[in-house]
Amino acid sequence: MVQAQAVRQLSYIQAVNEAIRQEMERDETVIVMGEDIAGGGDREDKQDAWGGPMRLTKGLVGDFGRQRIRDTPISEAGFVGAGVGAAASGLRPVVDLMYVSFFGVCADQITNNAAKIHYMFGGKVNIPLTIMTGIGAGTGSAAQHSETLYSIFTHFPGLKCVVPSDPYTAKGLMIAAIRDNDPVIVFNNRQLMGIRFDVDVPEEAYEVEIGKSNIAKEGTDVTLVGIGYTTKVCLDAAAELEAQGHSAEVLDLLSLSPMDDEAILESVQKTRKIVIVDEDYPRCSIASDISALVAEQAFDYLDAPPRRVNPPHAPVPYSRPLEALWVPNKDTVVEAALGVLE
Amino acid sequence: MPEGKELYMLQLRRMMLIRRFDETVQTMVQSAELVGMAHVYIGEEAVAVGACTALRDDDYITGNHRSHGHPISKGGDVRRAMAELLGKATGYCKGKGGSMHLADFDIGILGESGILASALPVAVGAALGSKMQNNDRVVVSFFGDGASNQGACHEAMNLASVWKLPVIFLCENNQYAVTTSYRDTVAVENIADRAVAYDMPGVLVDGQDVMAVYEATVQAVQRARDGGGPTLLEARTYRYEDHSEGLNRILREPYRTEEEVARWKERDPIKLHSAWLIEQEVATQEEIEAVRNDVRQAIEDALEFARQSPYPEPEDLFTDLYSDPLPAR
Repeated sequence: MVQAQAVRQLSYIQAVNEAIRQEMERDETVIVMGEDIAGGGDREDKQDAWGGPMRLTKGLVGDFGRQRIRDTPISEAGFVGAGVGAAASGLRPVVDLMYVSFFGVCADQITNNAAKIHYMFGGKVNIPLTIMTGIGAGTGSAAQHSETLYSIFTHFPGLKCVVPSDPYTAKGLMIAAIRDNDPVIVFNNRQLMGIRFDVDVPEEAYEVEIGKSNIAKEGTDVTLVGIGYTTKVCLDAAAELEAQGHSAEVLDLLSLSPMDDEAILESVQKTRKIVIVDEDYPRCSIASDISALVAEQAFDYLDAPPRRVNPPHAPVPYSRPLEALWVPNKDTVVEAALGVLE
Repeated sequence: MPEGKELYMLQLRRMMLIRRFDETVQTMVQSAELVGMAHVYIGEEAVAVGACTALRDDDYITGNHRSHGHPISKGGDVRRAMAELLGKATGYCKGKGGSMHLADFDIGILGESGILASALPVAVGAALGSKMQNNDRVVVSFFGDGASNQGACHEAMNLASVWKLPVIFLCENNQYAVTTSYRDTVAVENIADRAVAYDMPGVLVDGQDVMAVYEATVQAVQRARDGGGPTLLEARTYRYEDHSEGLNRILREPYRTEEEVARWKERDPIKLHSAWLIEQEVATQEEIEAVRNDVRQAIEDALEFARQSPYPEPEDLFTDLYSDPLPAR
């Protein structure tokens, strides 16, 4: 297969940064709040010093100033809640929840306010709030800075949840999230921030539609469902399966809430086998949810039971060899796929 | 903004509306016409009315589970409030919110949260919205003595102060978190004293005196509109009834003395304001009675409107889940 030369390569971090920058230029009601997102204290000569530990907001304070790029106290309940109130009163805030494991200290603001206000008050007010948060293991950050947890948020009606898988979807989903009139949580996997991708990221602003998945690779023998980082794992596994004579289709889920049920069912009706690869804990996970969907709605098409690949039901360990065992990888996915192909 | 007699009579009317509304709620709970949770505001009327009559229509408020008094104080429609309590489609929230979540966004009500202190950060965000859009709106966030111990309360106050936002944190200290006295749960003598930690004025005010609350709020609003930042007001008040309707059926031991309740009822906010109106020769007893009769009629009309209104349709289970409808799953 001849791959077209990528026209414009950006890193995942640059893609998110460009999305925020372009939306801030387009719409002056877009603001960003979070811990250390500007950084550098109040020193004017340090305007571009930091941009948060993931550098997603680097340089924005220099262009947009400290009114629109707001460093907050370490008060997640305070500033996530303020994001809800700002959204209800005419702004279009982006709130940075540095690591998803911090959600515990502000869960009430997300689940009781952001998710419910539009419905509970009869649709009188929209909450155009974007929460971006870092997820994922594999960086030696131990149990409290490595979780994925997106399943928890999909449990709540009223929230939209998206998981980009590369710089192209990172930019397009971030722009779509900011423009959306409902609360959207964008889960950015930290391992994706350190990978070079050979994908074209157009310079102009564009949206990747929330609620739609993407067939990242077509195939006929088995469907591999990937979410964020695990889409890359699935693509690597598909290449190895191809070498062994099996044609795997990779469905990049991208959106968890709403979820593209139709695309999953359509793919499994073609391949008759499905492996769902999910970096979140196995119990009550997206993988479990998709297994149930397929079992309920495509049972007659299946040649094998749906197969879930999740980490073990244990916190993320710090030690490198243990952490490597924890995260789903190419080998575990190939093994699972061969299991359903037999 | 109303002034003089117009203001004082408006305050009387709104306090009476809340009282009559909530007395009606009590009978509706007793007769099982209203089956959900209901937290009445009887005894505390001067706090919300005093504060909201110091606000413009486009100023914001946030409230809590005890949510009947706040929208009525802000000028809400008692017919739509009553319809909401009965879960009707004509209610403020189309029957989706109920007693704890009466909100009219058209008059600046940003909603009530049944999770204590949950609405304080939201109020801070609305104040940020106001400041960044230069629309000069202030926000009053009502919360109780119980909520004053929540982390979100302190995070909100600190954030509002460091960003100098136009918020008035109004603590309705009705002295009991369900049955637990604030004396047992608040480390300082007055909740207003906590303002020191956030470098904002902390003002203790007589919550039974509508004019006292009004005047304290006017000052806090002025400071907020002038860019001076937030204020913490503590209105010392009293909840005549139990935390929620029907609670007396499960409470085995009294948590406060009859003498204490009687002592507070002597300083009833409607009686105090009525006496002041007569003493100051603002109104006659006849005028006050006319307001009372008018209010009684308005609440009867509201109840009739609510009873005659339709329930939501089954498909409304999914309406307003998102701003753009999504297929049900």
